[in-house]
Amino acid sequence: MEIVCPAGTPAALRAAVKAGAHTVYCGFADETNARNFPGLNFERAEMREGVAFAHAHGAKVLVAINTFPRAGDEALWHQAVADAEASEADAVILADPGLLDYAKHSHPELRLHLSVQAAAANADVINLYAQSFGVKRVVLPRVLSVQEIAAINAEIEVETEVFVFGGLCVMAEGRCSLSSYATGQSPNMNGACSPASHVEYHDVRGVLDARLGGYTIHRVGKDEPAPYPTLCKGCFSAGGKSGHLFEDPVSLNAEHLIPQLQKAGVTALKIEGRQRSRSYVAQVVRNFRAAVDALELGRPMPEGMLAQLSEGQATTAGAYKKTWR
Amino acid sequence: MQLTVGPNQFFWPEDRWAQLYEDLAETTIDRVVLGELVCSKRLPFYQNRIPEAIARLKAAGKQVVLTSLALVTLKRERKLTAELIEMGVEVEINDLTTLAYLPDNTVFSVGPLVNVYNESTLRWLASRGANRICLPPELPLKSVGILATAGADLGVAIEVWGHGRVPLAISGRCYHARLHGRTKDNCQFACEDDADGLSVRTLDDQPFLAMNGVQTLSDSHACAAHQVGALARAGVAALRLSPQSGDFAQICRLYRQLLEGELNGEAVVTALKALDADLRLSDGFLTGDRGADWSGQRPQAGDI
Amino acid sequence: MTPAAEKVFQVLHPDKTIPIFPALPARALGVMPLAPLSLSLTGLARKIAKTHPGLFRRLGIYDHTRFVLDPTDLPFVICLEPNGGVPRVTVMRGPGVGAARIAGPMAALLGLVHGAYDGDALFFSRDLVIEGDTAAALALRNAVDDAELDLAQDIIGLSGPFARPLQRLVTFVQTRTGVSLTRPESAQAW
Repeated sequence: MEIVCPAGTPAALRAAVKAGAHTVYCGFADETNARNFPGLNFERAEMREGVAFAHAHGAKVLVAINTFPRAGDEALWHQAVADAEASEADAVILADPGLLDYAKHSHPELRLHLSVQAAAANADVINLYAQSFGVKRVVLPRVLSVQEIAAINAEIEVETEVFVFGGLCVMAEGRCSLSSYATGQSPNMNGACSPASHVEYHDVRGVLDARLGGYTIHRVGKDEPAPYPTLCKGCFSAGGKSGHLFEDPVSLNAEHLIPQLQKAGVTALKIEGRQRSRSYVAQVVRNFRAAVDALELGRPMPEGMLAQLSEGQATTAGAYKKTWR
Repeated sequence: MQLTVGPNQFFWPEDRWAQLYEDLAETTIDRVVLGELVCSKRLPFYQNRIPEAIARLKAAGKQVVLTSLALVTLKRERKLTAELIEMGVEVEINDLTTLAYLPDNTVFSVGPLVNVYNESTLRWLASRGANRICLPPELPLKSVGILATAGADLGVAIEVWGHGRVPLAISGRCYHARLHGRTKDNCQFACEDDADGLSVRTLDDQPFLAMNGVQTLSDSHACAAHQVGALARAGVAALRLSPQSGDFAQICRLYRQLLEGELNGEAVVTALKALDADLRLSDGFLTGDRGADWSGQRPQAGDI
Repeated sequence: MTPAAEKVFQVLHPDKTIPIFPALPARALGVMPLAPLSLSLTGLARKIAKTHPGLFRRLGIYDHTRFVLDPTDLPFVICLEPNGGVPRVTVMRGPGVGAARIAGPMAALLGLVHGAYDGDALFFSRDLVIEGDTAAALALRNAVDDAELDLAQDIIGLSGPFARPLQRLVTFVQTRTGVSLTRPESAQAW
């Protein structure tokens, strides 16, 4: 199976390739991609160099242009698609139907992948995207169980890519305005969810409060882990109960499900984390490469290394297990 | 400008559900979108009342439209969505999946949960048969204006979220079930007790969101009372009001009076607050720095 | 180090824990004159700005933000003013003033620079504490992570009147404390 690895910076791209990534995904340093974070992403020249480096080492590069172009400013997104093709990237990852339509007509040679931000959650809509825009691969939303993924693959022609490690969106991706409600920064429009610019930490005698847009959504005692205040993983109260009402501050680790995902017909395994350091990326990639190599050779899966690298130090198999819902 | 009533986002007992449309038939609104948007498991409880509601509204001269589900994943949901068109009324798609089932040359409308952010997407949907689009609630006024202009060129009417708790997210997971320690498959309809969703508060006990099964809404009720002039000038064809408990028909009448120029924005806000003293309003998606912002007088710290 | 952080650290460095600067040499640094050190570090930062222009470009809108780097096991803080690519470094006693503060053991801060640690993991485990402008701190972390710096190499290559104090400090630190100023081999190895 192909492993698709995150690169927030050129150094992370090189680290991922050296660590054995078959494919790396990254984005331009602007609001065209869904990880538009300070200090991250690629200038045009860096993208060309990054693609050349990856190709020289037998790896592919996918460019994520997966926000929804702003009315009146679509040229910025169109230019990103053109520049991705000019940099000889192997595919672009798009979410917006208008942008897909544009890419299909203006860049007919360019391979199109459907971003998870399109939240294409069933075979019928995937076939619609395939027929309408010629997408070759769909990144499946993180709301599906392994059985559902298998059922989808039985009904579609295009490849599927699924997340196996990293941050977990609990809401249907690309269909969430929680962040823009609280901060004005929207994943769909600005490529930023729960942005650092709106995060405040207050440490009062060891008790650490985390606020996002002025809303206090985390409070941890001394020596407890301090997860980043992502809205859907915040701590709230409702109906007389309090806690992580939407999702615990866990991250996804589906390492042990790789054989089942292969049986389910999945082509590629995706690792989340363009905001993470090059050392993290290298570590995770090495582990997943070892896992898929073992799988190809019919050897037992190496396991156990990755749990410790995860956010909040707790992991879940997410929706791949149906009881998660 | 027209007034559209969107689908009821909450899970109400069937009699209450039917009464809503009985009341709306007597109210000066132009268009009603009904049916199940949020969770397919709710539908059997009031499904048999839908034809009667459609007939009643049509007899009262309203345009009637059926919504699709917001998130279609299960086989049963795909079948349900495919069968929508057989009801013989216009369909509002709130998940692009629905497009896969519409026969060629079917005219349809697009709901606020489909991501229409730009002219190209609008054009693509128009080419597939869309004649009306209710824009995603998070769009700022500037985008609304550009899309209304593009819509006018293509014969697509543009509608804007005008009143009601804002749908902010949809998930595969049911939060109401999770709160009650149940799985989604065995939810026992935990969401039926909360006619307007369940208030979700921050650690400072500040009201923030509302939980509605697999859906998450804003705590505040969006209110475009202060923007209707700007929306009209931008070429927006209709304002969408989202059903809520209390005297919803009266809320519809207030907005009608606003559109007719009989009340100004401030008077509408005052009247809305007279209906519900605890009402928290927002219009930040249209004109503020963030969705939760309100252009009117801010509540005092003691109000929340 | 918290147990959770220890686990993260062990994954990255199975045979080590984050070293804390020993108290005695730390006290020695406490009486060391800071002005020459500031000048040396400014020289080093300007050299890095020349050899890694991308680092300061990556700071974007934060390229004039004043950062306070606070090695919690040492008796001083390091104020970094990127100054649009003509950086200035001031070492001072006391808390320092800046828009964003990143505090943690010196070895953790250096480990971040050298790509030995993941900033997110250190932050979750609270070995690293960010105060003030979180976005600016993230921009700096991301920019530094991309630059693949090797401070010891850069310091050895430094010339001019202020090179000597810094080179003496490197030798002192490495021999006396076990805090490595060199990029770990694993990060360079294929």
